[in-house]
Amino acid sequence: MEWDFIVKELIPALNRGVANTFLLIIPSASIGLCVGVLVGTVRTFGHPLLKRIGDGYAALFRGTPLVIQLFVLYFGLPNLGIYLEPYVAAVVGFILCTGAYQSEYVRGALLSIRRGQMLATQALGFSTFQSLVWIIVPQALRRALPGCGNEIIYLIKYSSLAYIITFIELTGEGKILATRHFRFTEVFLSIGIYYLIMVTAADFGLKKLEKKLYIPGFGRG
Amino acid sequence: MTNPEPRPVLQVRNISKKLGGKQILQGVSFELRKRELKVLIGPSGGGKSTLLQCINFLIPPDEGEIFLKGQEIHIHRKRDLYAYRQKVGMIFQDFNLFDHLNALDNVSIALRKVKKMTKTAARDRAVVELERVGIGDKAELYPSQLSGGQKQRVSIARALAMDPEVMLLDEPTSALDPELIGEVLTVIRNLAQDGMTMIMATHQIGFIRALADEILFMQEGKIIEQGTPFDLLMPGKNSRTQAFCSKLQELSEEPDI
Repeated sequence: MEWDFIVKELIPALNRGVANTFLLIIPSASIGLCVGVLVGTVRTFGHPLLKRIGDGYAALFRGTPLVIQLFVLYFGLPNLGIYLEPYVAAVVGFILCTGAYQSEYVRGALLSIRRGQMLATQALGFSTFQSLVWIIVPQALRRALPGCGNEIIYLIKYSSLAYIITFIELTGEGKILATRHFRFTEVFLSIGIYYLIMVTAADFGLKKLEKKLYIPGFGRG
Repeated sequence: MTNPEPRPVLQVRNISKKLGGKQILQGVSFELRKRELKVLIGPSGGGKSTLLQCINFLIPPDEGEIFLKGQEIHIHRKRDLYAYRQKVGMIFQDFNLFDHLNALDNVSIALRKVKKMTKTAARDRAVVELERVGIGDKAELYPSQLSGGQKQRVSIARALAMDPEVMLLDEPTSALDPELIGEVLTVIRNLAQDGMTMIMATHQIGFIRALADEILFMQEGKIIEQGTPFDLLMPGKNSRTQAFCSKLQELSEEPDI
């Protein structure tokens, strides 16, 4: 019977898969955001040489499909004698890809901070590094948050590409099951619901964070 | 007016600056002695703001030297430059408070991060400075919740907390509504009476008359007249400054201070 399949096979498989999806998303989203902040800041305020390297990185990873990046990491690197576990290849790929996009959101936010903020820090004797850490980046992050959150939501969904390089997460588990039992509709609908729940939860968390970081009048002046 | 000491605190020698192909400053020199208040006036575009920003190297001058207590400041020695800027307070026309910090943190953050004071020491000092400028009760408010005059007073408190040797004030009241100018000028007048060494770009003639030790009239990147308010502003002196100031006075009724 249908319910038997759903309760005994589908849900346990998808739960296994979703656990692996979490293993992908949590490090990729958090490290990816840090990469984005760092690269975005370097691309805006860095030494010209570093700026070029950052621009090149962002152009490369925003300019090529994620699948290709994962293929290169998993199937291409062994040609150079570098063998990555499927999980490691997937996380590295996601971090590099999401970091490139995040850097763009962060860069946009940094450029929106009024020049006077930097002047005021300089006049007080802050070094450039100090003013970035204590004044400019904290302001920019608040402005970048909606965009950065958007990228995290994308990441939750494109984490499904990990199954292409044999790391079996939510979509992978579902696909195996669907093929074995030839029940595509139930399986993929269920997968869809799992993603919807994850994205909704992430969205809720991000909104909460936005509220927590809210500063009266900030960003409207 | 106070009795200046003979040794200059700040010496500005021969500063020149070209911006966007235009010569903004052409060899400007002046000195500030301890407890002196000098005022920069002159038509806009004359280089007052650029000069003030060159003094603490927010705009690097093309030529010229700057000395604080006889020590020449070199822009490429970063550590010295940062130390120098801590001793030179700057007040901007548009306040430039840190938008994401409340008034208290605006004042205390440089104490904590630059002067490496402890959190409580920085906080205590910030409270003292906010009270000194008359807004101790606004410590928890964010910049967007303050009026222009209150914002400028926070920015003065922020500069004072660093224990500056000199303060540079770049038209501190020109972005304010007329009814808010008085409260900011009162704070600056108190500073002058406490003996703070200051150079200030302003067009508040009543203030200049009452408090300036010397007026520097700037036009086209040069100081073309300088002297005491008495020398330059007395009727019948026929100075360039006098003509400029009568024009200003015709245009605006300024609040009493």
